[in-house]
Amino acid sequence: MKKRAIIPILYILFLMLPIYWLVSMSFKTTNEILAGFSLFPQTFTLDSYIAIFTDPTWYWGYINSIIYVTLNTFLSVAVALPAAYAFSRYRFLGDKQLFFWLLTNRMAPAAVFALPFFQLYSSIQIFDTHLAVALAHTLFNVPLAVWILEGFMRGIPKELDETAYVDGYSFPRFFTKIFLPNIKAGVGVAAFFCFMFSWVEMLLAKTLTAVEAKPIAAVMTRTASSAGYELGLLAAAGTLTIIPGAIVIWFVRNYIARGFAMGRV
Amino acid sequence: MKTVNQRAWFFVLPVLFLVAFNALVPMMTVVNYSVQETFGNNKFFWQGLDWFEQILRSERFQAALGRQFLFTGIILAIEVPLGIIIALSMPRKGFWVPVCLVLMALPMLIPWNVVGAMWNIFALPKIGMLGYFMNDVLGVNYDMTQDPLAAWITVVVMDVWHWTSLVVLLCYAGLVSIPDAYYQAAKIDGASPWAVFRYIQLPKMKTVLTIAILLRFMDSFNIYTEPFVLTGGGPGNSTTLLSIDLVKIALGQFDLGPAAAMSLIYFAITLLVSWVFYTLMTKDDQQ
Repeated sequence: MKKRAIIPILYILFLMLPIYWLVSMSFKTTNEILAGFSLFPQTFTLDSYIAIFTDPTWYWGYINSIIYVTLNTFLSVAVALPAAYAFSRYRFLGDKQLFFWLLTNRMAPAAVFALPFFQLYSSIQIFDTHLAVALAHTLFNVPLAVWILEGFMRGIPKELDETAYVDGYSFPRFFTKIFLPNIKAGVGVAAFFCFMFSWVEMLLAKTLTAVEAKPIAAVMTRTASSAGYELGLLAAAGTLTIIPGAIVIWFVRNYIARGFAMGRV
Repeated sequence: MKTVNQRAWFFVLPVLFLVAFNALVPMMTVVNYSVQETFGNNKFFWQGLDWFEQILRSERFQAALGRQFLFTGIILAIEVPLGIIIALSMPRKGFWVPVCLVLMALPMLIPWNVVGAMWNIFALPKIGMLGYFMNDVLGVNYDMTQDPLAAWITVVVMDVWHWTSLVVLLCYAGLVSIPDAYYQAAKIDGASPWAVFRYIQLPKMKTVLTIAILLRFMDSFNIYTEPFVLTGGGPGNSTTLLSIDLVKIALGQFDLGPAAAMSLIYFAITLLVSWVFYTLMTKDDQQ
């Protein structure tokens, strides 16, 4: 048992190395970074972080990202809930085909959709809004949310529904008062995955925004290229993008294993 | 058994409208472009299937497709066995379980362009940790901006770093669902570790492992941001994967017709392979 522990420890070490490198670099001055290799910051500085928190283009990047990610998460879970319920409880004409068609959207390369999305959203005049990015991300998040929720709902016995109806519950009351509390974990996990994939996606978020809703990732690339090699600033901005994910993952840590299995264990 | 109820369609309608708007409209735009030629000014000419023929015959596309299959093949061959081994050696209960899970999931929550940028800096010779280690400690000549092999290794290692945890977490979920009684029975029978793996653990992991392979296939086949930020597709074209090439044609050169035809071929290939996985998966479900 003890000897086996070496494998996960080595693996986690391998995962942490580049992250450590990024974080340690964010506390170095650009001169120190360019001067050569050093494992720890020699002259510890918070300049990069101060620069980010005092510049609106920088911190608005974060706010924009958080707005569209939140919007997307609510939208995806809200429409996925009834659909997942239908898939988990009933058989209907074309249910299998519909389910597979939904999943195909998870398979579509984002690169394929970049240009058509740009044209579609420009034509309905929501280009460069948070809604545009949130809507675009539903393309792959809604199928995923349906998939996860369906897996969790399947684990709830049908007797629960039937007993509630016998007790005189109407469907909406049953769904919100009895069913939802029973699949809390599933909703949490689905929301987590929507958050995750919307937070990390870049190609569509960048294509669909210009100024008003520009995500942090796009701010990063621009600043890094226009000002030459500001590696310290880049590292600090990168470090800050890790934090929201780390916070969210801490909340779902007990469900995470089952969540990754989409409830199908 | 599920009951047959056609009214269930009403529950599905919101999803249907949303996804139809988001998927069908853009898809039709792509189909539209793929059969036409444009010289700007919004003038379009019917082109038939010429673009498809041109793309399928072009060496550039074939090379990118080849690189794409090579990349996906390599990362599946590394990540799946590695993920299983790590999942098997993880603790089943106790304080360290959530710590392990959170730390392992962390790379997946980093924005993809940050992952690329991070590895780019990490691999810089002289300055980056990996670059310094390879060049100055091991004495290997390592520079991914010059050497295609070094670039490939970096892209593959980056993907292993980024996504192996997905396989680990899925397999782990399968493993913790095995009741202790199974292991005790195996112990009484004097089963070897291999037999325990082959007849108890592997069958229990089968469903989740299929999901893992399916997700890893789809995502690695569509990968764009990380390798683009890391290597820009270079040196030369050596790490130009399908998506990178597609974006170059569509948004860089604005050749809408060929780009649209390429999109459809690309999508069709992803769909075909995924469909094979999906059928295998649901076949198991029914048994």
